[in-house]
Amino acid sequence: MTLFLSYLINGISLGSVYAIIALGYTMVYGIAKMLNFAHGDVIMVGAYISFCAMQYLGLPAIVCILMSMAVCTILGILIEGLAYKPLRQAPSLAVLITAIGVSYFLQNMALLIWGSNPKSFASVVRVGSLSLFQGKLLISGETIVTVLANIVIMIALTLFTGKTKVGKAMRAVSEDKGAAELMGINVNATISMTFAIGSALAAIAGVLLCSAYPTLQPTTGSMPGIKAFTAAVFGGIGSIPGAMIGGILLGVIEILGKAYISTELGDAFVFAVLIVVLLVKPTGLLGKKVHEKV
Amino acid sequence: MKCGKTLVAMILAIVMVFSMASIAMAEDAIKIGLIGPMTGAAASYGTSVKQGAELAVQEINALGGIQLELNPQDDEHDAEKSVNAYNTLWDWGAQMIIGSVTTTPCLAVGAEAFNDRMFLLTPSASSTDVIKDKDNVYQLCFTDPAQGAASAQYIADKNLATKVAVIYNNADAYSTGIYQTFDAKAKELGLEVVSTTTFTDDTTDFSVQVTTVKEAGAELVFLPIYYTPASMILQQANTMGYAPIFFGVDGMDGILNIEGFDTSLAEGVMLLTPFSADATDELTVNFVTAYKEAYDATPDQFAADGYDCVYTLYAAIQKAGITSETSPEEACDLLIATMQELEITGVTGTMTWSATGEVTKTPTAVQIENGVYVGYAN
Repeated sequence: MTLFLSYLINGISLGSVYAIIALGYTMVYGIAKMLNFAHGDVIMVGAYISFCAMQYLGLPAIVCILMSMAVCTILGILIEGLAYKPLRQAPSLAVLITAIGVSYFLQNMALLIWGSNPKSFASVVRVGSLSLFQGKLLISGETIVTVLANIVIMIALTLFTGKTKVGKAMRAVSEDKGAAELMGINVNATISMTFAIGSALAAIAGVLLCSAYPTLQPTTGSMPGIKAFTAAVFGGIGSIPGAMIGGILLGVIEILGKAYISTELGDAFVFAVLIVVLLVKPTGLLGKKVHEKV
Repeated sequence: MKCGKTLVAMILAIVMVFSMASIAMAEDAIKIGLIGPMTGAAASYGTSVKQGAELAVQEINALGGIQLELNPQDDEHDAEKSVNAYNTLWDWGAQMIIGSVTTTPCLAVGAEAFNDRMFLLTPSASSTDVIKDKDNVYQLCFTDPAQGAASAQYIADKNLATKVAVIYNNADAYSTGIYQTFDAKAKELGLEVVSTTTFTDDTTDFSVQVTTVKEAGAELVFLPIYYTPASMILQQANTMGYAPIFFGVDGMDGILNIEGFDTSLAEGVMLLTPFSADATDELTVNFVTAYKEAYDATPDQFAADGYDCVYTLYAAIQKAGITSETSPEEACDLLIATMQELEITGVTGTMTWSATGEVTKTPTAVQIENGVYVGYAN
């Protein structure tokens, strides 16, 4: 029983990392209606910035996180402005391919700047681990912090898009760019803002990802990025609570599958889930069906 | 417009000067290519081999006799890129190649080299598949079966444990190959393999593997894997408060070079290797001193392999009478005939080769103590 619980906790721990990445994915998709495949690589950049700040400058953890958030925010705005903005009127396939291009660009830039030797990331989490049942069950500080961060970000994002003026503008842009512009909303600024927030979240996700799984290299963001995308689709892409639930469920499925069926098929389960969900409920767990008006 | 023409002419002139200079330089030197991962997750291996080989080339060229020219190419531990690197070297006019450093790329390059009749001496691609049915591919390291069986033998001989577990990468020919022979030999010697779990190249979460091993009550965990996943397993085990003996093979070498890695986690890790930097024979001492001077680092096994590769080829070149005029095809036949007659004493031991390309030498074990390798004496 404790063994099952410990697998479950490992699953939640992995899932919470997927969830925090999925939140960024879903937020950008929900508003800009584009799949930012470079999201996973912004995460990697965020982790590198934090690594450098800690390893070479010896800054305290919180300053490192803030610094990588600042850098990623600027990076997000730059990517959006240089790569996506000129394609605003282009078909969505063109934007998708561009996003993949940006993803490879970031990976190769990271290769040039930091080299490809994997770096071992020291955890920024200072919370001790929680021990239950006389030490038989261990919940690491990283898991606790990641789950809490997820909840805080989820609530903050929901409130932000629901209550604030900028948030309402974002939802308006998401529904109809043309109409939003007629209502006096600056569409470009709003989309830039979305990317800024999404990338700042990516920085947090990067730091937490590498705190839990401490190997950092230029491809660090790609696999978790794809899994998180799966999680976002699983939960219903565009839905903020859906991303969190999807992420955590996916992590639990992956770990339990590895533990009880086969370690060799861990990743296969994750993607099998994606296929099944898309077949049974194409909008995902919490996704809403949008009727297109003709 | 006129200005543009002058500029083009100047650039052309400069290019011509440089190309002539490089021809002049390469005229009398024997061209040796080197393929290995200088970047990517296995970068430590390729970089070490390259540095070891460069050191040997400098030493040989300083002697004034036969001159060697080394051209190292990066393959990022990727089969496709390795073949690209091979093609680059072929175009450059390489007469023989050291590489590839890692098994999977070496399999791909081996097939090309076999068709082209290019001689390959791999410093560290240890799978038997690398040399299988290819008379032109030779190994400097011992093979995977030898590593797996020798590890099991070593564990049994030294009574390190009776309950052992294995975590290996089933997406990798190297890792799978060692696991299979280890498993067979361990059963033969009465070691109890209590748990076997696997992972793939993209795995970052090792919680299931380490939990399974811990639950199975293994006293020793055998890790026939590369150092990057090994470092993650050590970290995971540390988080869980699990401290068995970790036993690796040559792929574990490099774990101390990961930037930011807390080397105290690797304390007590044992690995099977033919090279120990603290050996006291003259050859090793000279090599270690020169290497430290050149690169400000202690050479690992891969650096030693690279160094020995160049000296082996040097001996073979001398014996076979190969010159800069010899074509790769001729050099290949000459080297194949010569290799089997050679007996080389290098920094990784005394080596002889069989007709299949397999090397014979003796493995020893080292243990990590205070962040450095020391010979394991017990």
